[in-house]
Amino acid sequence: MNRHLISAADLSRDDALRVLDTADELARISDRPIKKLPTLRGRTVVNLFFEDSTRTRISFEAAAKRLSADVINFSAKGSSVAKGESLKDTALTLEAMGADAVVIRHNASGAPHRLAEWVRGSVINAGDGAHEHPTQALLDAFTIRRRFGRSSNGPGPGEPGGAAGQPGRGGTLDGLRVTIVGDILHSRVARSNVILLHTLGAEVLLVAPPTLLPVAVDTWPCSVGYDLDAALPKSDVVMMLRIQLERMNAAFFPSVREYSRRYGLDSARMAQLPERAIVMHPGPMNRGVEIAAGVADSPRSTVVEQVANGVSVRMAVLYLLLGGAEGDQ
Amino acid sequence: MAHAQPAGRSGSGKDTTARPVSGDGKIVLEQAEIARALTRIGHEIIERTRGARQVILLGIPTRGVPLAARLAAGIHQVEGHPVPHGSLDITMYRDDLRLRPARALGRTQVPPDGIDGQIVVLVDDVLYSGRTVRAALDALNDLGRPRAVQLAVLVDRGHRELPIRPDYVGKNLPTAQHEVVRVLLTEVDGEDAVLLGVAGDATGGRSR
Repeated sequence: MNRHLISAADLSRDDALRVLDTADELARISDRPIKKLPTLRGRTVVNLFFEDSTRTRISFEAAAKRLSADVINFSAKGSSVAKGESLKDTALTLEAMGADAVVIRHNASGAPHRLAEWVRGSVINAGDGAHEHPTQALLDAFTIRRRFGRSSNGPGPGEPGGAAGQPGRGGTLDGLRVTIVGDILHSRVARSNVILLHTLGAEVLLVAPPTLLPVAVDTWPCSVGYDLDAALPKSDVVMMLRIQLERMNAAFFPSVREYSRRYGLDSARMAQLPERAIVMHPGPMNRGVEIAAGVADSPRSTVVEQVANGVSVRMAVLYLLLGGAEGDQ
Repeated sequence: MAHAQPAGRSGSGKDTTARPVSGDGKIVLEQAEIARALTRIGHEIIERTRGARQVILLGIPTRGVPLAARLAAGIHQVEGHPVPHGSLDITMYRDDLRLRPARALGRTQVPPDGIDGQIVVLVDDVLYSGRTVRAALDALNDLGRPRAVQLAVLVDRGHRELPIRPDYVGKNLPTAQHEVVRVLLTEVDGEDAVLLGVAGDATGGRSR
């Protein structure tokens, strides 16, 4: 693995599987009465959040704490950033405090990449502008793998067919058809997912109004469609994205209601999905816009699982980046 | 935990035909001797715990796990009641994590009723510095509070670095520190044998 996790493209197929396999084992910790491991004792993880976030920050914080790391939370509001401090000066401050890892969320695409040049610790991208959000893609892949029974959590010793104590390699996502629907243009989740799911062997289809697709989408390793109803019967996974009104500086579609009619997932549309198909959403959801409440709360929806899996996956990332010798490759 | 060299250093570790192991050292325990040692340990566990009623056998991955399963099967045969067994991964509790690249995790699989109030017998293939066992004791601490913890190893090669001693030993094997003890088990390596060799290659890492 690289020292940093800035883009989903930093992960080879082996790296990605290693993260998912490690997360499979770490997920078992959350069933135990003592949900803590001593592995990162004495190491410091800084959560550097220039943009509002609930679940990602809490998820990283929980992950670091379960590994016994010291966590320092830094949010731009109420810090020297509000007084005009630059990213570089903030980085140097963190460096002086001896951060072993910096988890950064920033509204500018590329901020984690710049930060990685200034600090000695590992930089983990927790979302930069409309660019990438690699740990979200990892937890989505983890959720898909579990739901389709391809994770390494097979029967254990003492159970029939158990590979005694051998955590075995979980499978890839080869052949699974994943449809990502909605605001691709502003979505870092979509970009990271396209890259990672492709790495893991899934076939990705993007469905969105033409105005909400990025210009260079034809260079992405996926196909593109505009008709949700045609795509649904051929999908194993449907990932609904939030309409990011806060990033929209122009009119991308006539009205929210029209968008919802054409690209929203309601119960009637969900019925077109194959029997085993699942519905995902990275959150936060706009119920009634891209996803109907009945769909979000159905057994097919993995929204809550995704949040729980986020902690295990982020533990795996922190362990693999920080757990070993420094500067290892 | 696992033995010293990467498996298949000379390709022979995975070979299932007879006597493929020359070059990796001399055989100190053969299949039948391993079986006898495990039978004896099984009987000792029964004797020491008065029937092994409250015993849980936890193997330390990789090779402790099949050993624990074999011991459990042996005790079951003699006593007529099943003995729960499982695995205890100690990777996250190691004291040398930062000396090496992050390693893959093994699996911790504890019987559903937990370990509280039970006699846990830790099972490993080779006892060397004792650091693995120390890590295992820490890991157990996070799982519950056993009534007692005992230690069974197939081979005790000496050179302890911590005040830890085994309760059940398959074979005491006096070694020099530059020597390497390798345990091969059918479940993992395709054959049963214990080999004693010399750390020939510089890439072998920490020997045990």
